[in-house]
Amino acid sequence: MLATTALRLLGKRAISTSVCLRGGHGVAKIEAYTLPAYFDRRENPLPDICYVQDLSVEQVSLKEKEQGSWAALSNEEKVALYRISFKQSFAEMGEATAEWKTVIGGVLFVVGFTGLIVLWQRKFVFGPVPHTFDPEWKAKELQRMLDMRMNPVEGLSAKWDSENKQWKK
Amino acid sequence: MFRAAVRLSVSGVRSITRTQPGCQALLASRGYSHGKQETDEEFDARWVTYFNKSDIDAWELRKGMNTLIGYDLVPEPKIVEAALKACRRLNDLASAIRILEAVKDKAGPHKDIYPYLIQELKPTLEELGISTPEELGIDKV
Repeated sequence: MLATTALRLLGKRAISTSVCLRGGHGVAKIEAYTLPAYFDRRENPLPDICYVQDLSVEQVSLKEKEQGSWAALSNEEKVALYRISFKQSFAEMGEATAEWKTVIGGVLFVVGFTGLIVLWQRKFVFGPVPHTFDPEWKAKELQRMLDMRMNPVEGLSAKWDSENKQWKK
Repeated sequence: MFRAAVRLSVSGVRSITRTQPGCQALLASRGYSHGKQETDEEFDARWVTYFNKSDIDAWELRKGMNTLIGYDLVPEPKIVEAALKACRRLNDLASAIRILEAVKDKAGPHKDIYPYLIQELKPTLEELGISTPEELGIDKV
């Protein structure tokens, strides 16, 4: 009894599962996500349910008129009937949206926020760099690399003019 | 005729359903390279029979239409005609207009298919009083 009342209140949406009473607790609440949904897709032209579920009085009378000859309907009435059943026409479905602006904006915002986090980390989280990054140490490293003729063919030592003790021009 | 031009391969995706009495039109037609291939005429006849069922219900109309649109072809005018007549039996003008939109969309870049389809369907459209999406202005945004 409670179940049929609940079913009637849900209107035209089809309920595929049978309602069962469970262990004296009554009828389980039917979640909206378990019921057929409306969606506009090119590959699914006729969705499971009409777009407008609760018809106004004019819409109800229009539906009555639909039972008769369709030639008697005006163009506005035909469009109204279409809009009861469907949300977007195929043309509207394929329309370009401005969604890409939101996407790009969102991406840039997140990248910017990440940058802020990185800057904060550098200031407050990381300690000083190791002493091996000091300019004097780096100079000694470079001298050592040149002394052992590192990459003498195409790389570092190839660019060093050892006679004149300077970089090759 | 359309399918010869538009269909890329015979082994297209087909819906696979259990055969049930009253739903014979949804027989599985799998893409085997061996075995008897359904001819275009057999395919058309099967779908016309499906939509011509006198007591077709709304679910069957939706299922048939959504399946048909899933195929890699534009339905022949006689199939669309049968579907539109089914809409009439179900008192569903909105679905009839939607079907016309859907077959136009199926033709894709081949812009000459839809005008031909409408030309062939003119008698049925006039008989049933169905306006095309163009007449109603819903083909534009």
